[in-house]
Amino acid sequence: MSSLAELCVIESGASEAHSLDDYESEKPRWCKGCGDHGVLVALQRALRKNNLEPEEVVSVSGIGCSSRLPHYLNTYGFHGIHGRALPIATGVRLSRPELPVIVVMGDGDCFSIGGNHWLHAIRYNINAVVLVLDNEVYALTKMQVSPTTPDGWKTKTTPRGTYLQPMNPLSVVMGMTNVSFLAQTATWLPAHLDETIEKAWDHHGLSFVRILQRCPVFMPQAFGEGGLNFPVVFLENEDGIPVHPLLLKRGQTQAHNHRDINEAQRVAVSVDPAPMGLLYQNPDVPAYEEIRWGRQDRPDHPTFIERLDSVLDRYTVS
Amino acid sequence: MSGPRLVRLPEHIVEIVSDAGEGAQKAAIAFAQLCAKAGNGLWTVEIIPSEIQPPPHTTGSASGNRIRLAERSQVTNAGNLANVVLAFNEMALLSRLEAGSLADDVLVLIDDQWATHDNERYQRSYREVLDKFRARGATIVEIPMNAETVRHVEDAERGKNMFAVGLLCALYSKDLSVLQSIIRSIFEKKSRDVIEAAVKLAGAGYQYGIAHFEECFEIRPVPTDVSKVAMNGNTALALGAVSAGFELCSMYPITPATSASHALSEIFEDFGGFVHQAEDEIAAIGVALGASYAGKTALTITSGPGMALKTEFQGLAVMTETPLVIINVQRGGPSTGLPTKIEQSDLLHAIYGAPGDAPKVVVAPSTIEECFYILSVARKVAEEFRMLVIVLSDANLATGQQLFDRPDVSGTPQRPPLDLSPVPLGALPYDWDPTTGLSQRLIPGQPGGMGVTTSLNHDRDGKACYDSERNQRGHTMRSRKLAALQKSLTPPSVHGAPEGDLLLVGWGSTRGAIEEAVDMARDAGLAVSSLNIQFLSPLPPGLHEIFAGFRQITTVELNYSDDWEDPLITKENRRYGQLAWMLRAATLLDIDSYAKVPGRPYMPVEIFDEIKRILGDQPGTGSAAEPLLATKGAY
Ligand SMILES: Cc1ncc(C[n+]2csc(CCOP(=O)(O)OP(=O)(O)O)c2C)c(N)n1
Ligand code: SF4
Ligand SMILES: [Mg+2]
Repeated sequence: MSSLAELCVIESGASEAHSLDDYESEKPRWCKGCGDHGVLVALQRALRKNNLEPEEVVSVSGIGCSSRLPHYLNTYGFHGIHGRALPIATGVRLSRPELPVIVVMGDGDCFSIGGNHWLHAIRYNINAVVLVLDNEVYALTKMQVSPTTPDGWKTKTTPRGTYLQPMNPLSVVMGMTNVSFLAQTATWLPAHLDETIEKAWDHHGLSFVRILQRCPVFMPQAFGEGGLNFPVVFLENEDGIPVHPLLLKRGQTQAHNHRDINEAQRVAVSVDPAPMGLLYQNPDVPAYEEIRWGRQDRPDHPTFIERLDSVLDRYTVS
Repeated sequence: MSGPRLVRLPEHIVEIVSDAGEGAQKAAIAFAQLCAKAGNGLWTVEIIPSEIQPPPHTTGSASGNRIRLAERSQVTNAGNLANVVLAFNEMALLSRLEAGSLADDVLVLIDDQWATHDNERYQRSYREVLDKFRARGATIVEIPMNAETVRHVEDAERGKNMFAVGLLCALYSKDLSVLQSIIRSIFEKKSRDVIEAAVKLAGAGYQYGIAHFEECFEIRPVPTDVSKVAMNGNTALALGAVSAGFELCSMYPITPATSASHALSEIFEDFGGFVHQAEDEIAAIGVALGASYAGKTALTITSGPGMALKTEFQGLAVMTETPLVIINVQRGGPSTGLPTKIEQSDLLHAIYGAPGDAPKVVVAPSTIEECFYILSVARKVAEEFRMLVIVLSDANLATGQQLFDRPDVSGTPQRPPLDLSPVPLGALPYDWDPTTGLSQRLIPGQPGGMGVTTSLNHDRDGKACYDSERNQRGHTMRSRKLAALQKSLTPPSVHGAPEGDLLLVGWGSTRGAIEEAVDMARDAGLAVSSLNIQFLSPLPPGLHEIFAGFRQITTVELNYSDDWEDPLITKENRRYGQLAWMLRAATLLDIDSYAKVPGRPYMPVEIFDEIKRILGDQPGTGSAAEPLLATKGAY
């Protein structure tokens, strides 16, 4: 989300370097070992790295364990309703394009109840960092099946095992018109997570990041016991997300051209091993709010009145 | 030939109907503009086929307009039975009889091509329908509209409507040259040939009328110096939104609300605004809410089914005290119901529709002029009280055209720049004034004001909390704002005398017809008055005092109530009109309701008949001597 639209940049007084504490709010209430903690820290690091004023940033979320994140981030935040973070974020971007926006959702939040908004947000391509914390379960409501719960797994609404194949959100994103950024990472790979969020931050347009997230309480067995035995392949490109040598014990690398949509689509449909890194990036897709601001005229007050009068002329009969 | 006799009239109602696609609507628009330009007061109602492609030459295909025009500039409703109907075929004509909208002695102008048409079925039905009308006392003037039109253009289907409007121009003694210039501007974007053919056909219709009508009408406008505008309620809402300073309208198309967004889309970008068509109604309100949270003035426009989808977000707006305006242009329900027709069935949903206790402001414009001004009120209340304001319009206001004084927009206040001044670290996002519930809103970008706005219960510091004391406080503060707003309202004024035998209470667009009925009743010596309530939540002050002046009170609404005569219906189970429920609860008075769902506006005579019925015999409602107070000590 690099270039803040130059339409009306807030004048911020202090511009000294910020420390991580400047982005910390109340103490997170997630369970011990929950992957959400790591995402919060990674975000705080990205904010510090970009030295953003806390008041200039807006984080928006839905409802779920993951959606509590804005409470713990010392920026402006909006903790909304289940599935609807993206429309709220779109409203913020449309009206205040100078404010960087982070959207945080759960897998149920984004892929299920918010599915329609998800598809359209990708097409709008608002300039925002969009993170889905995918623990493959509905955690806040205590373990119901989610669209990404693996086939056959037991949850409280599928005590005899799920009925359907899980959805592959990556291939859905890659099928959408105007997709401009897609990456996948995991909470048990903190360095990769950090780099991915930074990359997302630097992208101009909607940076969609699926974060495979450990939920030791309701899905301890997911992702091969929280990543220990989970087959992944790291997508490698000098412009992509760096693969730290330490990561190589978790999986192989694979050369990947994230500028090539066909290649990205091919990678997106392959789930085993799970592709990690930057699948696709096209920085040239225009952002919706910038298209809209570009076509809008902002008359001064006398012109505003003059125009209103001439509109009324059209309806004037005597 | 001496030409037609001239008959002067104070007002008239004319309907123009054709098959869908034959252009009666265009003819009516031109005729309405002609009358408006002359200074006649008017009210128009669209006659819309409910299907997109109805079979031609059927009653279901009838499309057109009703135009009520008068000497006085103020016409407040669509009136009673039509005096004149101009029909392109007999089925369109019949549809108006079936709709119950024609006077028995209606003057029928009809295209005579069906009398000798190749299709014998048309010939037969043409004869039968006209016989039916004659038997009722109608005057029939058969006009070779088709034959005359083909003398000027090849395809009569394209042009008959202009011949028709020429006929009306003659019938109402209007100025042909003015009509022709109106036609030129309506067809502005068409080719020269099309425009000239239309102008010529109007002239031909006019000449035919002058040569053949025995009688023409003259409705002389009362001269006025005040500049007037004519528009429909949806356009008035759109222009009102611009003039009230709204900056974003986020919507999803739904009849009959969509045309307001169309009107706004036409112009909004020239005024620094956006119309965002979202992926659904939920997203539409979400985008508006996000924009408002970020400090801009936003609204969403919808109709009943869309309103239903927006309820969860309404709760969010209330909980987070984010200012927001929703316009609901009501239509017939439940479900898809009668999408193009008027109903007032969303009142209780507007007031109560949200999860949990969610106090909202609900207002209803009663005229098209009020549609223009109401958005300034809505914006002010939404921002000052940090509240959700719902504006309830309806299909009648949406598509009806009315003449009103041209708004003076020269004093429109300038939109102030966003106040992003720093606040002390830890400033309270809900610094409720305990006496009013009001608090100052913090806007993203204000240094020091960082914090989360949450849908969870929260206290003054905005942080989520779950204890009973702080839950009670949040509810109390949000509710107190309604009381504070109510204190700032003025009592509504009674139409008619402040006391009498009967008070009719209405809301929204029924006002014009109710007041006209009250005038008829008062002329007939009945002690009846009426009241229109614009603020429905909170209800305005002074209702007890006003109601105390009347022996009986009945609401008049376009929504459902059980009839006292219906099987099984008793005092215990009767469902009342929606405003009646509200007023009964608020006043403990035994307020009755006259509430029906005809899918069209009430005619003043219907209400007049109801007044007579109530003040005459009162089956089922108990005798007039029965005290109005349902509970002792109600005052
Ligand atoms: C409209 C609505 N429906 C249902 C719920 C209940 N609910 C809250 S969170 C949630 C699912 C959470 O799962 P997910 O989005 O995956 O987030 P997680 O808790 O796993 O982070 C549900 C169903 C709600 N709050 N609102
Ligand atoms: S339930 Fe799972 S997702 Fe929720 S906080 Fe605990 S570990 Fe995290
Ligand atoms: Mg989940």
